[in-house]
Amino acid sequence: MIELEGLTKRFGAKTAVDNLSFQVRPGVVTGFLGPNGAGKSTTMRMMLDLDNPTNGTVRIDGKHYRDLTEPLKHIGALLDAKAMHGGRSAYNNLLCLAESNRIPRSRVAEVLDLVGLTPVAKKKSKGFSLGMGQRLGIASALLGDPEILMFDEPVNGLDPEGILWIRNLMKGLAAEGRTIFVSSHLMSEMALTADHLVVIGQGRLLADLSMSDFIQQNSRSYVRLRTPQQERLKDVLHEAGIDAVSVPATGALEIDGVPAERLGELAAQHQIVLHELSPQRASLEEAFMRMTADSVEYHAHAPGTTAPAGAATAAPAWGAGYEATREGGE
Amino acid sequence: MTATADATPAASARQDGGYSSPLPTPRPHLGHALASEWTKLTSVRSTVWTLGSLVALVVGIGVFAVLQTGSADYKSIPFVAPALFGMMVGQLAVMVLGVLTVSSEYGTGLIRTTLTAAPDRLRVLTAKYLVFGAVAFGVTLGSVAFVGISAALLRNGPEAGYHGAGEWVGALGGCLYVTLLGVLALAVGALVRHSAGGIAIMLGLVTMPPVLGAILTGWPVSREIGLTVVRYNAPMGLIQLFGLPNSGMDGSPTPSDLAQLGLLVLVTALAVTASYVVVRRRDV
Repeated sequence: MIELEGLTKRFGAKTAVDNLSFQVRPGVVTGFLGPNGAGKSTTMRMMLDLDNPTNGTVRIDGKHYRDLTEPLKHIGALLDAKAMHGGRSAYNNLLCLAESNRIPRSRVAEVLDLVGLTPVAKKKSKGFSLGMGQRLGIASALLGDPEILMFDEPVNGLDPEGILWIRNLMKGLAAEGRTIFVSSHLMSEMALTADHLVVIGQGRLLADLSMSDFIQQNSRSYVRLRTPQQERLKDVLHEAGIDAVSVPATGALEIDGVPAERLGELAAQHQIVLHELSPQRASLEEAFMRMTADSVEYHAHAPGTTAPAGAATAAPAWGAGYEATREGGE
Repeated sequence: MTATADATPAASARQDGGYSSPLPTPRPHLGHALASEWTKLTSVRSTVWTLGSLVALVVGIGVFAVLQTGSADYKSIPFVAPALFGMMVGQLAVMVLGVLTVSSEYGTGLIRTTLTAAPDRLRVLTAKYLVFGAVAFGVTLGSVAFVGISAALLRNGPEAGYHGAGEWVGALGGCLYVTLLGVLALAVGALVRHSAGGIAIMLGLVTMPPVLGAILTGWPVSREIGLTVVRYNAPMGLIQLFGLPNSGMDGSPTPSDLAQLGLLVLVTALAVTASYVVVRRRDV
């Protein structure tokens, strides 16, 4: 269990993490989501007592990190896969860590075997590929067989096989009752692994809810209809009390909250020809982008335009609510 | 069996259904940090290169010098004097290793992993100082002793005159002096966190004062300051401790060996204290 309370970090005038409070519970994979620069890594560094918070506290199983006598047994963290001395062998890199926590030597070989690096145990880690480096980082996180595991962007730069491996590893570790806290800026990845979501943007908490709640609240589903007899269809729908929005760009009608079956039957009754009748679901990635649109720090500009790309698409529900509170707060 | 009996209730006492590790992890202390630092120091090639070049310089140049001299040459200089030539260059290797011992961790980001495993930063830093200091002192002393003993065995003819224990104590002081320079380098490395920067500072600290002192001596206003700088600086201290005349003093009193060592102890202590204060507070 990790508890954050009013955690704040300022670098000069810039507030990287702003009054963040949430809990990471055991037995589930908690996804920590936010765009680049949202303060995810800073938060994780403060959790590990690497950075000092300007304000607020982090407790690991009720204690401050610095008061943990056996930190590797409590928390295993992968912050940066390259945070190893390249001139040292994989085995020696892990050995120095093990020794500082009096973890038996045999455990080093065990974790190397677990992540599949035994054949290169004696090789210098600077020759490792990104995937191998990531595996070595995960081995170091697992070294103390900890209850809490923290991974910062573990799938970054991995091939599909590596991603699948990490995904299954995290699920397996959570099933053993461990607390898994994993950060990412990819909603699609989180949708596959996380049970719980903590979303931040510009250092502030945007959402703290279960994955299923997030999907329910954020994935707009609608039905798309295309027909050569659009006016007639509109009349029919109107008579049935159904609101249809026409999308000029595609020449289609979009209908919220009515099952596709009902629309199809309605069209058949009135003998309207349909060219398309398809249930649509906004992706979680879109929902995430809507939620964080206002808090994306580094907007890319489309060539030739000067307006931030996010501003045009910034819209409803979550983003709007956030914008309102932000204006209220300042 | 008692251990298992003790562990079982602890494991079953967990109410939250969390995970409990079967690995034994007793409370770690400085001894574990020392073991960890020892592994770090001995498992990278830069240690072999820097300390190897120190040994090669001191022993190589020293033995060569011993072979080129006769017993008569040792009438007014100590037997350990040949070790000084290599040590003047070799001390740079000790300083480079001192800086690298800590700056390489910052350079690679390993420091985050290290401090995550051992959040007691002062313990980690203390272990670094102790392990590096012991290794640097051991290697320095071994090389100097080898050269000094070679000279004492090969060139101890009657022309060499009397040689007392004092010169060996002086050489011991010289080894301590080089070790202190290495410890100072480690402190500087911890403060600047950058290999090239740390090494540059240490090089400047060792090579600048003799030049600067000589320049200052040139003007009447700064002559006194210049003379002091010329007397008290790292190369001069080392030369003096190794029992060679601290020359160029035009009659002014030579500082004592203890004063030379004491000055470096003071500077090093200040830097080490600063490193503890800064490393404890700083974000990594």
